[in-house]
Amino acid sequence: MVESIAPSPLPAPVATPTTSTISERARARRELIRVLVRRPSFLIGIAVIVVWVVCAILGERITPYDPFNGFFGGHKPPSTAHLFGTDRLGRDVLSRVMVGSRDVLIVAPLAAILGVTVGSFLGLVMGYYRGFVDDVLSRIVEAFLALPVILVALLTLVVLGSSSVVVVFVVGILFAPIVARTVRSAVLSERQLDYVTAAKLRGESGLFILSREIFPNVLGPTVVELTVRFGYAIFTVATLSFLGVGLQPPSPDWGLSVSQEYANMVAGVWWPTLFPALAIASTVVAVNLIADSLQSVLNE
Amino acid sequence: MARFIARRLLLALVTLWLLATIVFIITNVLPNDVGRTILGPFAPQETVDALNERLGTNRPILIRYVDSLRGLVTLDFGDSFVSGKEVFPQVIGAVGRSAKLAGLALLITIPISIAAGLYAARRRDRPADRAIVLLGVTLSSIPEFVTGTILVVVVGVQLGWLPVLATAPATADVLTQIRFLLMPALAMAIVYFGYIARMTRAGTIEVLQADYTRTALMKGLTIGQTMRRHVLRNALVPTVAVIAVQVGYLFGGIIAVEKIFNYNGMGSTMLFAAQHKDLPMLTAGVIVIGIVYMVATLIADLIMAWMNPRIRLEAER
Amino acid sequence: MNAAAVPSVATGTKAALRVEDLSLSYIVRGIPRPVLRGVTFEVKAGESYGLVGESGCGKSTTAYAAVRYLPRNGVITGGRILVDGDDITKMNDEQVRLFRMRHASMVYQDPGAALNPTTKVGPQVVEAFTILGQGKRQAEENALKALRRVQIADPERVAQRYPHQLSGGMQQRVVIAIALASDPKLLVLDEPTTGLDATVEASVLDLVRNLQAETNAAVLLIAHNLGVIRTLCDRVGVMYAGKIVEEGDAATVFENPQHPYTLGLLRSLPRRGIRKSQRPLSTIPGNLPQIGTPLPTCVYVDRCPLADELCRTVEPPVVEVGGGQWTRCHHRDRLGQLAEPPPVGGREATLGELNLTLSNVSKTFHQSGHDVPALVKVSLDLHDGETLGLVGESGSGKSTLAKTILGIESPDAGADIELDERALAAKAASRPTADKRSMQMVFQNPDSALNRGWTGRQILARSVHKLTGLRGRAVNERVDQLAADLRLTQRHLDLKPRQLSGGLKQRLAIARAFAGDPRIVVADEPTSALDVSVQAAILNLLSELQLRSKTSYLLISHDLGVVRYLADRIAVMYLGRIMEVGSSESVFNGPNHPYTEALLSAVPNVDAEDRHRILLSGEIPSPANPPTGCVFNTRCPRVIRGLCEVVEPPLVEVEPGHLMSCHIPVDELRRLQAKAEREDLVLTTPPESAAAAAAQGVDELA
Repeated sequence: MVESIAPSPLPAPVATPTTSTISERARARRELIRVLVRRPSFLIGIAVIVVWVVCAILGERITPYDPFNGFFGGHKPPSTAHLFGTDRLGRDVLSRVMVGSRDVLIVAPLAAILGVTVGSFLGLVMGYYRGFVDDVLSRIVEAFLALPVILVALLTLVVLGSSSVVVVFVVGILFAPIVARTVRSAVLSERQLDYVTAAKLRGESGLFILSREIFPNVLGPTVVELTVRFGYAIFTVATLSFLGVGLQPPSPDWGLSVSQEYANMVAGVWWPTLFPALAIASTVVAVNLIADSLQSVLNE
Repeated sequence: MARFIARRLLLALVTLWLLATIVFIITNVLPNDVGRTILGPFAPQETVDALNERLGTNRPILIRYVDSLRGLVTLDFGDSFVSGKEVFPQVIGAVGRSAKLAGLALLITIPISIAAGLYAARRRDRPADRAIVLLGVTLSSIPEFVTGTILVVVVGVQLGWLPVLATAPATADVLTQIRFLLMPALAMAIVYFGYIARMTRAGTIEVLQADYTRTALMKGLTIGQTMRRHVLRNALVPTVAVIAVQVGYLFGGIIAVEKIFNYNGMGSTMLFAAQHKDLPMLTAGVIVIGIVYMVATLIADLIMAWMNPRIRLEAER
Repeated sequence: MNAAAVPSVATGTKAALRVEDLSLSYIVRGIPRPVLRGVTFEVKAGESYGLVGESGCGKSTTAYAAVRYLPRNGVITGGRILVDGDDITKMNDEQVRLFRMRHASMVYQDPGAALNPTTKVGPQVVEAFTILGQGKRQAEENALKALRRVQIADPERVAQRYPHQLSGGMQQRVVIAIALASDPKLLVLDEPTTGLDATVEASVLDLVRNLQAETNAAVLLIAHNLGVIRTLCDRVGVMYAGKIVEEGDAATVFENPQHPYTLGLLRSLPRRGIRKSQRPLSTIPGNLPQIGTPLPTCVYVDRCPLADELCRTVEPPVVEVGGGQWTRCHHRDRLGQLAEPPPVGGREATLGELNLTLSNVSKTFHQSGHDVPALVKVSLDLHDGETLGLVGESGSGKSTLAKTILGIESPDAGADIELDERALAAKAASRPTADKRSMQMVFQNPDSALNRGWTGRQILARSVHKLTGLRGRAVNERVDQLAADLRLTQRHLDLKPRQLSGGLKQRLAIARAFAGDPRIVVADEPTSALDVSVQAAILNLLSELQLRSKTSYLLISHDLGVVRYLADRIAVMYLGRIMEVGSSESVFNGPNHPYTEALLSAVPNVDAEDRHRILLSGEIPSPANPPTGCVFNTRCPRVIRGLCEVVEPPLVEVEPGHLMSCHIPVDELRRLQAKAEREDLVLTTPPESAAAAAAQGVDELA
C-alpha cells in the first residue's frame, strides 16, 4: 500500500509494486478495517450499536423487570431498585429502554436500505445517461427535495394509515432523491474518466459500463451514504413516533415513550422522558460517528 | 443577472408543479378510497359516499388533478374538514408564527456555527478542532424533540431559567416574547450548528490550501488579513447553500418542537390536521413549506452568484 | 560529508539565497520520512539557479522551504536557509511574514489557481503595494505600472477583469506582476510555464529573463522541463532522492554531465533530432526510491550501472570538476563506460498501404447558442506502419480530430472517414467489431484510462475477449503474450493500477490498446504525464511494437522532441485547421508555414540549438470567433496586409508530399527563413496585428 506523504503542492511519491500475492480485495478490506479500528469514534459508535442490538435481541431475557406488564407504582423516581425509575403506568423505565430499540432497529435500516437502493439506481442512471433522462429525473428529484420530510410523512401516514411498513416506505422514498444526488455526482465525475471511453471503444454496452465499470467505483460513497441515511432514518422514525404517527402503543419505542411522558416533565417527572430520549440520541450519534469515520477513511 | 433570475424562477415553477403532482399522487392516487381512509373501516358506506361527494373525490382522477392544479394557481386549497374555513389563510398565519421561531433559531445558530467552523479550520487537527467536529456530529444527530426535552428538564425545570412554554402572554413586549421563544429556538439551533459548522470548516480548509491563499500570504498579509480579504468570501459559498437547505428542514423539525413547547405555529396546525385527517390543511401545508424551501434556495443561489463572480458570469451568458 | 566542505561557494560575497545542508522530513502517521537529505547550494543576486530532477526528488520541497512555506507535516530537521544573510529557519511567524513581504516572492505552476477567483485582478495587484505601506492612490498607480511592466498592453482593462476572464498566459503575467511588487531579493519560480502553450511559454520565459536582468533578483527555478532550465538558468543543480548530485553552469552540466544520473537523464531525452529509425533512447532502469527510504551512501546506488561495493559503503565525496562544476560520484572517471544504445539499421519505414483516409472532416460544437468549430475541413491520410504526428497548441483541434476518427465524436455532415476504402460509421457504437478492433487509443493519463477497481489481468482479458471474441484459455494466452510484449510480469498483472508506477500503468494501457492487433493506434500525449526516464522506455516500446506489428500511430504531442523521435509525417494544426503537413524532415528542416516556424522556435531547447526566434503576440484566438481570412493572420509575423485577413489560403502541395496553407510562395518562405536563420533575427507580430491579438487574450472566458 502506498502512503500519501505530503499534501499539495508537492508531488506524490512514485508508487512501486508490492509483493503481495493474496487476493487484492480481501487485503483492501482488511486494510480498511485496520485503519477504522484505530479511530476511537468508530469504536465507540460500534460499541453503542452492539449494545442496543444485543438488548433488542435478548430483550426480556436480560431486562431486570418485565417491560410490558410489570407494575411497580406510577412515576417512581430513580432508585436502586429501579435505576431509571418507573413510568406513568408503573413499568420499569430501564427495562423499557432496553427493549425500546427493537422496532426502530428494524424500521430504520429497512428505510435506509430502500432509500439507498432506489436512490443509487436513480443516481447511476442520471449520471450515466445525462441529457434528457437526467434533466427530467433531476427536476423530479429537485421537487422531492423541496418536500418537508416530516410533513409529507404525516400526510402519507394519514392517508394510508399508520403502520411500520408505511413508515419504511415513506422514509425510504423521501431519502432516495438525496441519495440519488450524491450518487449522480459521483457517477458524473467517474464517467469523465478515460476508462469509460476505452470501454466504449471496445464496444461495451451502457449497462456493462454502468454496472461493472462505474458502479464498483462509486460503492465507497454509496456505503457512506447508507450509514448516514441509517442515522437519519432513526432520527426521522423517532420523530414520527414522538408525533404519534409512527410506531403505535404498546410498543416500548423510545420516541413513543417520550411522546407519552414529556407532558409530565413540567411536574418534575423527567425520568421516563429523559432516558428514552438519551437512548435515541446515543443511537443516532453512534451511527453518525461510524458514518463519519467511514467517510474520512475512504477519503484518505 | 435578470436572465439568471428569470431562468431560476422558471425552473422553480416546474419544480412547484412536480411538487404539487407528487402531493396529489399521495393524497388521491395512493389511497383507493379517500373517504374510507378518512373515516376508517367501521364507518357506514353511506357516510363514506357522502364524504367523497363533498370532497369531490368520487370524480375521475384527471378532473381532480386539473382541479388541484387550478387550486395551486389560485392559492385555493379548499376548506378545512374541521373548521370548514379556507385553509390557505390559516396555513399562512401559522407559517408566519413559526417563522418567528425559525428566524430566531437561525439568528442564534448562523453566527455561532460559522465562527466555530472558521475557528476549527484554523486549528485543523488540533484538539479544539476535533472537539468542534465531534460536537457538531453529536449535536446534529440528536432529534429536536430530544434536545427540546433535555433543555426543558435542565434549563426549564431544574434551573428554572427560561419558561417551558413558548407562547408569551398576549400583552408581552418583544423582549419577553423572545425570552419565551428562546428555548424552543435553541432546541432547533443546536441541531443546525453541526451542519453549518462542518460545512464552514470544510470550505475554509479547502480555501486555506488554495494557491491564492498562498499568494496572499506570500504578499506578506497577516493570517487575519488573508482570512478577511481572501478566504472568507470563497469559503462561505458552500455554507450559504447548506443554510438554505436547512431552512427547509427547519420547518420539519419545528413540528416536534412546537409540540413540546406548546407553540401555536405551523407544527401544531399540521399535527392537529393530521390527528383530524384534515387533508386540505395538510396538502396546503406541504406545498407552502415546499415553496418556502424553493424561495430559500433561490435566495441562496442569488447570494452565491453575488459572492462568486464565476457563477454570476456563467449565469449571465 | 558536511556542508562546510561543499566547494564552489565563494566565501566573501554574500549570496542572496544560501541553503546549507538542509534536511527536511514529512511526518506521515507519526513517522518522519526524510525528503531532503542535506541540500546545499547558493544563488547570487542577479543569478538564476535551476533545480532539475524527476518527480519526487525534492526540488519543489526545496523551493517552498526557501520561502518557509511548508506543508503542515513538513519539518526542517537540520541545516540553515540564509536569505541575504538572515536564517529564515530561525524566524518567528511575524518575521517570516515580513520576510515574505519584503524579500521573497513566488510564482507557481497553475496561475489560474494563484489568483483569488472572487476578486478582480486590479485590487489583487494593488494589495501587493498597499501591504508595503503605500497609499491607495500610489498603490493603484504602481499596480498599473506593474501590469505594464509584465507587458500587459491594456492594464486598465485587465485590472477590471476577474482572473477566470483572462487566458493562462495573461494570468501568469499578473502573478509575476504581484511577485515583483516588492522588488524581491529572491524570486522562486515553481514550474512557471508548465501547462501553458508553447508560444505563450516562450513569451513568459522571455519576460522573466528580461525582468530578472532588470531587478537583479536571485531566481530559483524549478522545472521538470530541462529545456526551460537551459533557457533561463545560469547554474543548475541536479537533484535525486533529496540530494543534489551534481552542480555547475547550465551549459557545462547539460553538455558535459559528470554524474551518472545527469547523464542518464539527458540521454533519455529525445534530442538533437534523433529518430526511432536511428537508435532506441537510453533509459534508467528501476524506480525512484520511495520517500523515506534510508539511503546512507550514494542516493543513486540502486539504479546506477557503475555502482560497486565502494558506492554501497562509502558516501561519495563532492568531486570538483573545475569551472564551478562538481559531482557526488566515486566513479566519475568511469562515466565513459556508460554507452548509449547502439544504432539500429534498416528501420527506416517504408510507406505501407494506405489504410485511413479522412476528407473534409469538420466538427462543430454547440455551446450555449454559439457554434464553435473545432475542426474545419480536415483531410489527411495514414499508411500502414507509419506514425503521423499531430502538433498544435490548445484549441487547435488535435484531440477532437483523434476522437472523431475513433468515433467518440461524430463529425458534421459531409465528412468522409474511410478505413481500407470502406466508409466508417460516425459513432464507435455503430461500428462492427472488426472496425473497433482496428482502431484503439492510448490516453494521456493512465490513472484515468485504467479502471482503478480492476486488476491488470482483468483489464487486458476483457479487451481481448471483446475485440477478438476469444474465450477461456485462449484469452489468457493472449493476455500473457501482450504482457510479455510490454515487459509486464505476471505479478504486475495481478495488481490494481494504483499499485503500479506511472510507467507500468502506461504500459498496461498500451497493452490494452494492442489487445486486438489494431491497425491504427491513436496515442494522445502518451508520455506527457511521465518522467523523462520513463518516457524513454515507453517511446522505445512504442517504436518496437510498431516495427513488429506494422501498426500505424496517430501521435498527438505537445513535445516536439517526442514527435520528432516517433513520427514519420507531421501535421501542424491551428484553430481546427491543418496549416502544414509533410514528412518529419521537411517539417523540421523547413521551409515552414509561419506558424510552424513560430512553434519550432518557441520550444525551449536543452541543447540551446541556434534557431532564430519568433515571439508571437497575444493569445490563440477563441475557436468560437476565429479571425477572418487566414486564421493565423492576427499573430503572423510574416502577414501580408490586405490579403491574409481577407482570403483563407488553401492547403496545397508545395513540395512532393509537403502541403501548406499559406499565401507566401514556398520559395519566398525558404528564402526568408534562411535569412532569418543566418542573421539570427528576432521576429515579432507586427504591431497592428498584435493589438488585435492582445485583445483576444482578455475577454476569453476560461
